[in-house]
Amino acid sequence: MTTKDGSVLISAKNVEKHFKGKKNTIKALDGISLDIKKGTVNVIIGPSGSGKSTFLRCLNLLEIPTGGQIVLEGVDITDPKTNINLHRQKMGMVFQQFNLFPHMTIMKNLTLAPVKLLGKSQQEAEQKAMELLKRVGLSDRAEAYPSQLSGGQKQRIAIVRALCMEPDVMLFDEPTSALDPEMVGEVLEVMKELAKEGMTMVVVTHEMGFAREVADQVVFIDEGHLVEQGTPEDIFEHPQSERLRSFLAKVL
Amino acid sequence: MSEWWQGFLDDFTLNFIDGNRWKFLVSGLGVTLEVTFLSLLVGIFMGTIVAIIRATYDKQYQEMRPGFGKSLFGIINGIAKVYLTVIRGTPVVVQLLIMYYIVFASSNNKVLIAVLAFGINSGAYVGEIVRAGIMSIDEGQTEAGRSLGFNFVQTMWYIVIPQALKNVLPALANEFITLLKETSVSGYVALQDLTKAGDIIRGRTYSAFMPLIAVALIYLVMVMFFSMLVGKLEGRLRNSDH
Ligand SMILES: Nc1ncnc2c1ncn2[C@@H]1O[C@H](COP(=O)(O)OP(=O)(O)OP(=O)(O)O)[C@@H](O)[C@H]1O
Ligand SMILES: [Mg+2]
Repeated sequence: MTTKDGSVLISAKNVEKHFKGKKNTIKALDGISLDIKKGTVNVIIGPSGSGKSTFLRCLNLLEIPTGGQIVLEGVDITDPKTNINLHRQKMGMVFQQFNLFPHMTIMKNLTLAPVKLLGKSQQEAEQKAMELLKRVGLSDRAEAYPSQLSGGQKQRIAIVRALCMEPDVMLFDEPTSALDPEMVGEVLEVMKELAKEGMTMVVVTHEMGFAREVADQVVFIDEGHLVEQGTPEDIFEHPQSERLRSFLAKVL
Repeated sequence: MSEWWQGFLDDFTLNFIDGNRWKFLVSGLGVTLEVTFLSLLVGIFMGTIVAIIRATYDKQYQEMRPGFGKSLFGIINGIAKVYLTVIRGTPVVVQLLIMYYIVFASSNNKVLIAVLAFGINSGAYVGEIVRAGIMSIDEGQTEAGRSLGFNFVQTMWYIVIPQALKNVLPALANEFITLLKETSVSGYVALQDLTKAGDIIRGRTYSAFMPLIAVALIYLVMVMFFSMLVGKLEGRLRNSDH
């Protein structure tokens, strides 16, 4: 886990992602630069289709940018010579659809990667997993299968699965959008805890309340461009651009 | 009526009891089951490898970084495609004969030769079954694996393949039933499987009806039995999510 010391953990430099279609090219990202500082919570907002997910997925190269660079702890991970698998271990990711492994118990979901990739013993991995399960209040579900859990429980497990790899940064892509309203709170609560502990986070979300309360930096993306960035106060109380103002008028 | 019955009994005795001829059927059945089972294992092994290659090509090739790896993978995919085309475009008997008289001309291990011929043949069909299984697994599973730091092969092995195989288990069981019947051409390489056993009896007794109908009945009973098991398996899989 990291602490705030103002140093940059991830630096996105002029990142471009163009999807080539049959007829036209979609410029999902058209030159976005952004620094993610250690120990900060960064919330990305913007209209549907603006490129938020694409940007987040470029950070761990689930999408390979068609231009620009992603520098993680001083290493250019967009360079084809870097071993992206090693760097992904340090970047946990949480998906809208949870993506737990349905054929494994929760415990197996949590320990597979630490055992196979970090070389931990099964016992060591289980100990760590149990510790984290307790913190999200799900220690009694270790032997259950994902299909036996509610959406909110699944997403808390997905967060724990990423944390078991002891990442330096956590990426969240709309972690509460697939949840029934009454389950949103329990997941946001876990994320707030994480933020309090100093985890570096990049969160794409429509939960403006979360952004206001927890974010150190809010980033507004529209049509593949970074339009505005600043503190929650800057963004929500003093929006500069017309595009941000009209976006906020719609969502708030 | 009693005359007919007497004739039936005589025929039965001649074909199965005299000279302990029923033993041909028993050992033939053993060979058939052995060849079928081992062929299926070879088929699943080869089919899974081919399926991984083909599915990886379809999903990943465009995204791969240009270079030696990409070229090599293109070639491997080409080989897999040729394998599928050749095996599915020629009769299994011809493949068996080629295996016996050309590829393994120097060996006389007929079971091994038959297992390889039928297994390699089956692999082409299992390959397409497993490929469909892999394609049916949500992309999010692969992404979750990759985001944890697993490489592509590890993600396939630990996460995608187990789910894909589970989804196609009934189809694989049906492939076993297909193979069971297909191995009846083993006699072409003088392997004494169930069909050949019936034919040997026919050759000795000059009576075709009894041995051939008996062989047909044994196949039919086995196919019905295994089909029933597949049905049960399907029902069970439908009722479980994991
Ligand atoms: N694999 C792809 N192929 C082609 N186009 C894509 C692909 N993925 C995304 N896009 C396009 O890129 C643009 C940005 O998509 P993205 O998913 O990043 O938007 P988003 O801001 O996350 O939207 P939402 O809020 O709806 O999740 C969209 O126009 C989308 O259609
Ligand atoms: Mg999105």
